[in-house]
Amino acid sequence: MTSLYEEVSVTPVDVPVRRVTITVNGERRAADVEPRLLLAHLLRQGFGLTGTHTGCDTTNCGACTVLFDGRPVKSCTMLAVQADGHDVQTVEGLASASELHPIQEGFKEEHGLQCGYCTPGMMMAAKALLEENPDPSEDEIRWALSGNLCRCTGYQNIVKAVLWAADKLRASAG
Amino acid sequence: MIPAAFDYVRAGSAAEAIQLIGQYGDEAKFLAGGHSLVPAMKLRLAQPTVLVDIGRVSDLSYIRDGGDHIAIGALTRHMDVEKSPVLAEHVPLLAHAAGHVGDPQVRHRGTIGGSLAHADPASDLPATTLALGATYVAEGPNGTREIAAADFYQGYFTSALAPDEMLTEIRVPKMGGAGWSFQKFNRRAQDWAIVGVAAWQRGSECGVGLVNMASTPVLASSVAAAIAGGASAAEAAEAAASEADPQADLNASVEYRVHLAKVLTRRALEAAGG
Ligand SMILES: Cc1cc2nc3c(=O)[nH]c(=O)nc-3n(C[C@H](O)[C@H](O)[C@H](O)COP(=O)(O)OP(=O)(O)OC[C@H]3O[C@@H](n4cnc5c(N)ncnc54)[C@H](O)[C@@H]3O)c2cc1C
Ligand code: FES
Ligand code: FES
Repeated sequence: MTSLYEEVSVTPVDVPVRRVTITVNGERRAADVEPRLLLAHLLRQGFGLTGTHTGCDTTNCGACTVLFDGRPVKSCTMLAVQADGHDVQTVEGLASASELHPIQEGFKEEHGLQCGYCTPGMMMAAKALLEENPDPSEDEIRWALSGNLCRCTGYQNIVKAVLWAADKLRASAG
Repeated sequence: MIPAAFDYVRAGSAAEAIQLIGQYGDEAKFLAGGHSLVPAMKLRLAQPTVLVDIGRVSDLSYIRDGGDHIAIGALTRHMDVEKSPVLAEHVPLLAHAAGHVGDPQVRHRGTIGGSLAHADPASDLPATTLALGATYVAEGPNGTREIAAADFYQGYFTSALAPDEMLTEIRVPKMGGAGWSFQKFNRRAQDWAIVGVAAWQRGSECGVGLVNMASTPVLASSVAAAIAGGASAAEAAEAAASEADPQADLNASVEYRVHLAKVLTRRALEAAGG
C-alpha cells in the first residue's frame, strides 16, 4: 500500500505511513497509507473496489461519490487518513448476493444509464437521498443529484430510475 | 492528480491544533473539510509540508442561541448550517446561502470556518456574513480575539488571521424578522457565483454583501446609505458597484459584472423590502 504513488512521486519526502482502519461495506479493512493518498485511490487500487469511478478528479463530476458515515461525499477530494475510523459505503455494497438493490433495479428498468461511467456515483447519491426522503419529488431528486454529472443520458431516465426505486422501497417498507 | 507529499497530524482540540501549527511553523496548514485545500493541493497550487487535521474537533461543530446572536462553531458543515432550525428561525439568510454552496457532496464536507478563513471573494458565506454584520472569533497562542467581518478580508485569499490563529466561532446577529434575499447568478446548479448578492432589509435599514465583485467580499455601503435616505430599491441598486472593483475572467467582463451586481441588488432589495 505504501507504494501506490511511487511511480508518480515527484517530491519524495520521507513521511511515515499511517495505519487506517475503515469499515467498507460493513467489513473492517486496514491499510498502511501515505497521508496524501486519496480515498478514491485507496478504494480502487488498495482495496480493489473499482466500482467507484474517478472522472474529473477535480470535485465536479461526482463519479467518485461514496457514502461517508451515510453522507454522500466525493472520494477524490478526501484523504484516506480523513476516513480512518469511519464508515464508507461503495456501489459494491448495494447488491446482496442474490439480488440487486432497488436503486440498481430502477436504473435497469428505466434505462438510467448509457455508458455507465456516472452510474455508481449517481446511485450512491440517490441512496443518501432516499434514506433521508423516501418520497422525493422530481425537483428534489434533481437537486440531490446536482453534484453528479452525466454526459450521456440527459438525466431524464436517471430521475425516473430514482422515482422507480423510491416507489419500490416504499412498497417493500410498508 | 496527487498532492505533493506531506506529513499529517491530528488535533483533538483547538488548543492542541494551535500548539501543533506553532510547532510545525509556516509550512503547516489546518485541514478542516478539505474542500478548498485538497483541490488546491492536487493542483499543486498549495504544497504544505504538514497538515494539522482539525476535522475531528467535534466540539467546534455546533449552532447555539447566544441571545442577540447565533453562535456557530467553525467546524460546522455547510449542510448543518443549511438544515439548522435555529438558523431558519433567526438567521434564515445564512441558512439559505449555505444551501447554495457548491453541491450536496461539497456541503457535507465543507465547513463554515474553512470557507471564511480561505477568504475567497467568490465564496458565498464571506459576503453573506459580512452583510449580516457577523463577528468572527479567533484563537491563537496568546488567547482569543474577536474580528468584525468588515475587518477580516484583506485581499485575495488573505484574511486578518495570523498563520497560527484558528477560527473557532462565528457570531451572527439575529435578523429579527428582517426581509432577506440571496441572489446567486451562475450557469449550472453547482457552480460558483459569477456574481452574488446577499441582502436583508428592515424598514430603512439594510445590509448588502457582494460575491465575486473585488479581491475581497464587498459591503455595499452606498446602497445602504441610499435606502436609509429613502431611495427605492431600483434607485439604490444603481450604487451597487460603488465599493466594488471587479475583475474580468472567462465568465464575465468587468462591465457585465457591474451590470449583474446592479440587477441582482435590485432584485434582492425588492424581495427583502417588498
Ligand atoms: C466543486 C466545489 C464547488 C464549490 N462551490 C462553492 C460555492 O459555490 N460557493 C462557496 O462559497 N464555496 C464553494 N466551494 C468551497 C467550499 O465551500 C469549501 O468547503 C470551503 O471554501 C472551504 O471549507 P473547508 O472546510 O473545506 O476548508 P479547507 O479546505 O479544509 O481549508 C481551507 C483553508 O482554510 C484554512 N482553514 C480551515 N479551517 C480553518 C479554521 N477553523 N481556522 C483557520 N484556518 C482554517 C485551511 O488551512 C485552508 O487554508 C466549492 C468547493 C468545491 C470543491
Ligand atoms: S472524480 Fe471525484 S468528483 Fe469527479
Ligand atoms: S451514462 Fe454515460 S456519463 Fe452517465
